[in-house]
Amino acid sequence: MSIPRDRLERAYRQMKTIREFEERTHAEIMNGQIAGFTHLYTGQEANAVGVCEHLNDEDTIISTHRGHGHCIAKGADVIGMMKELFGSSEGLCKGKGGSMHVADMEKGILGANGIVAGGPPISVGAALAAKIRNNGRVAVSFSGDGSVNQGTCFEAMNLAVVLQVPAVFVIENNYYSEHTNISYAVGCDDLKARTEGFGFPVFVADGADFFSVYEAAGKAIEHARSGNGPAGVFAETGRFHGHFVGDPQAYRAEGELDDLRENSCCLKNFRAKMAQTGEISAAELDAIDAEVMALIEASVAAAKAAPRPTAEQVTQDVYINYGAA
Amino acid sequence: MAEKTMRDAINEALHQAMAQDDSVFVIGEDVAGCNGSPSGDVGAVGGVFGVTGGLYKAFGPNRCIDTPISESAIVGAAAGAALVGMRPVAEIMFADFIGVCMDQIVNQMGKFRYMFGGKSKCPAVIRFASGGGFSAAGQHSQSMYQVMTSFPGLKVVIPSNAYDAKGLMLQAIADDDPVLFFEPKALYQEACEVPDEMYTIPFGEAGFVREGDDVTVVAFGQMVNRAAAAIDALEGEGISCDLIDPRTSSPLDEGAILESVEATGRLVVVDESPPRCGLTADIAGLAASKAFHSLKAPVQQVCAPHSPTPFSPELEAAYLPSVDKISAAIKATLA
Ligand SMILES: Cc1ncc(C[n+]2csc(CCOP(=O)(O)OP(=O)(O)O)c2C)c(N)n1
Ligand SMILES: [Mg+2]
Repeated sequence: MSIPRDRLERAYRQMKTIREFEERTHAEIMNGQIAGFTHLYTGQEANAVGVCEHLNDEDTIISTHRGHGHCIAKGADVIGMMKELFGSSEGLCKGKGGSMHVADMEKGILGANGIVAGGPPISVGAALAAKIRNNGRVAVSFSGDGSVNQGTCFEAMNLAVVLQVPAVFVIENNYYSEHTNISYAVGCDDLKARTEGFGFPVFVADGADFFSVYEAAGKAIEHARSGNGPAGVFAETGRFHGHFVGDPQAYRAEGELDDLRENSCCLKNFRAKMAQTGEISAAELDAIDAEVMALIEASVAAAKAAPRPTAEQVTQDVYINYGAA
Repeated sequence: MAEKTMRDAINEALHQAMAQDDSVFVIGEDVAGCNGSPSGDVGAVGGVFGVTGGLYKAFGPNRCIDTPISESAIVGAAAGAALVGMRPVAEIMFADFIGVCMDQIVNQMGKFRYMFGGKSKCPAVIRFASGGGFSAAGQHSQSMYQVMTSFPGLKVVIPSNAYDAKGLMLQAIADDDPVLFFEPKALYQEACEVPDEMYTIPFGEAGFVREGDDVTVVAFGQMVNRAAAAIDALEGEGISCDLIDPRTSSPLDEGAILESVEATGRLVVVDESPPRCGLTADIAGLAASKAFHSLKAPVQQVCAPHSPTPFSPELEAAYLPSVDKISAAIKATLA
């Protein structure tokens, strides 16, 4: 599959942006600057970008507790996101949602989600709207290897088949749900086959390789967009941090993290591929890196300087705006 | 007597109950932890809040059972095992996840005894970490016990300190009805003296945390400490208060509350949940209908506003009842 150069550049920039956003978020949490529960997407960037590069602003995604990457890949404003993580009233959600609830309706981001498998049924609803209106949109939901065991996920997959809606279920298998391995939590030994059992095709990808995800997601999204009902993407991937910031990660094998960072890094893989094909030079990629670093730095500076919310905002946007709490 | 945190006190209760009765087992997500994982260190987690620590190593995989992320099935499995004679203690991590498994709790477990004409027992305990204070936003901060209190058939427990938590947990496990056990997550690290031996605290018997003459303060869970702080500060101004911790919202110790209100004539009710159909309204209603002639001032309700829990630390601080708000409410009853 040949990808135009500007798209290639953008894909790399997006992956790098997610990586640096997450690494900086990690540092700011350690500094005590960011409150709440934060789940980092570092290591899985190619999944979000490989999928979202096929989507436009009218298509929707719904994300998970590990949502920063999906939101950035779908076009969320990085500065607005960082402000949200810092809890500013200028954040994307006015400081009401934080990391687990980043959303941007204009960009088709129906929200990160704190409830495991809260998203897939909602995504089926967005897909149903697309089918009723016949507007060619698709609705993508992201799930993890743990999330797929939730009843809501099963129900959503079955409903999507029954209604033949353009829903795309992306499953990112990073092998763990919190501290439990997929080999324990998924009862059968073939999650891809189990998912296909619902009655839609599932395309497999290497989640450390942008090109692999891009190709698999392209097939799934094309399938759904052309009116053939739902489709799935099943990507093998790995997260480079703990489940949450501060997780002691007692479940890892010795050397597992080093191995992941060394051998399953989508940025390294992308660079290696470019070195091979010569499409983008290392110097050009370095220049993108520098721009990304500057953007992340600017986002943190903006977040630190951004206004703090005030008590009367607590009771705004309920279903009316109440007065002060 | 040794000081123990609420986390350790509940953990000790679980260890002791499991050692005493082999029909007791725990089940939930990562209650052991690391199952199937390459480290092979199964049991290393002991629950994401550490409450079930050591149970896997002490009692093995049949009695400390990790599950997939499937809250409806977890509650249902606990209810089913209980119906046939086991005494499961299931963990649903965050109380907010009741949203996922409401049917199994409310329509199933909570109604068996009644719908089956009193012929069944369902001695299941479901544990939840509840409440705010962690900037965990709208889906990880709710107390939820106020909602569950409205369903007949479910016993609802909200410990406010480590001592009570142990005695109430042992009572919950021994109880033949389904018990929802809400652990205010802000209190896990709070310690007080807790006996090593087993003891129970009966349901429906309030604890008296402070005794005084001027105002009755009723507070739940995380708010008990804040109410005590407010009351202690007001002592210097010559105001003395009863502080009642009902410990269980269902059954509710109406007698203790009414007796105190009849003596003081003033009532402040404090809870961290939103106001509508909540515990503060419930107890205000109790006083209005059963102690009306004793009341010398309007009942004050100190609770969260009618909004979801916000993320931003400043917003959450404004959202949760503070010591200052509780003091102001106490004073308002005396104005
Ligand atoms: C209904 C519900 N149950 C449990 C949790 C706690 N929880 C948050 S993330 C998570 C693991 C999710 O695993 P997976 O779907 O594989 O996603 P990953 O964390 O690997 O990205 C759990 C159990 C939750 N947030 N919501
Ligand atoms: Mg996972």
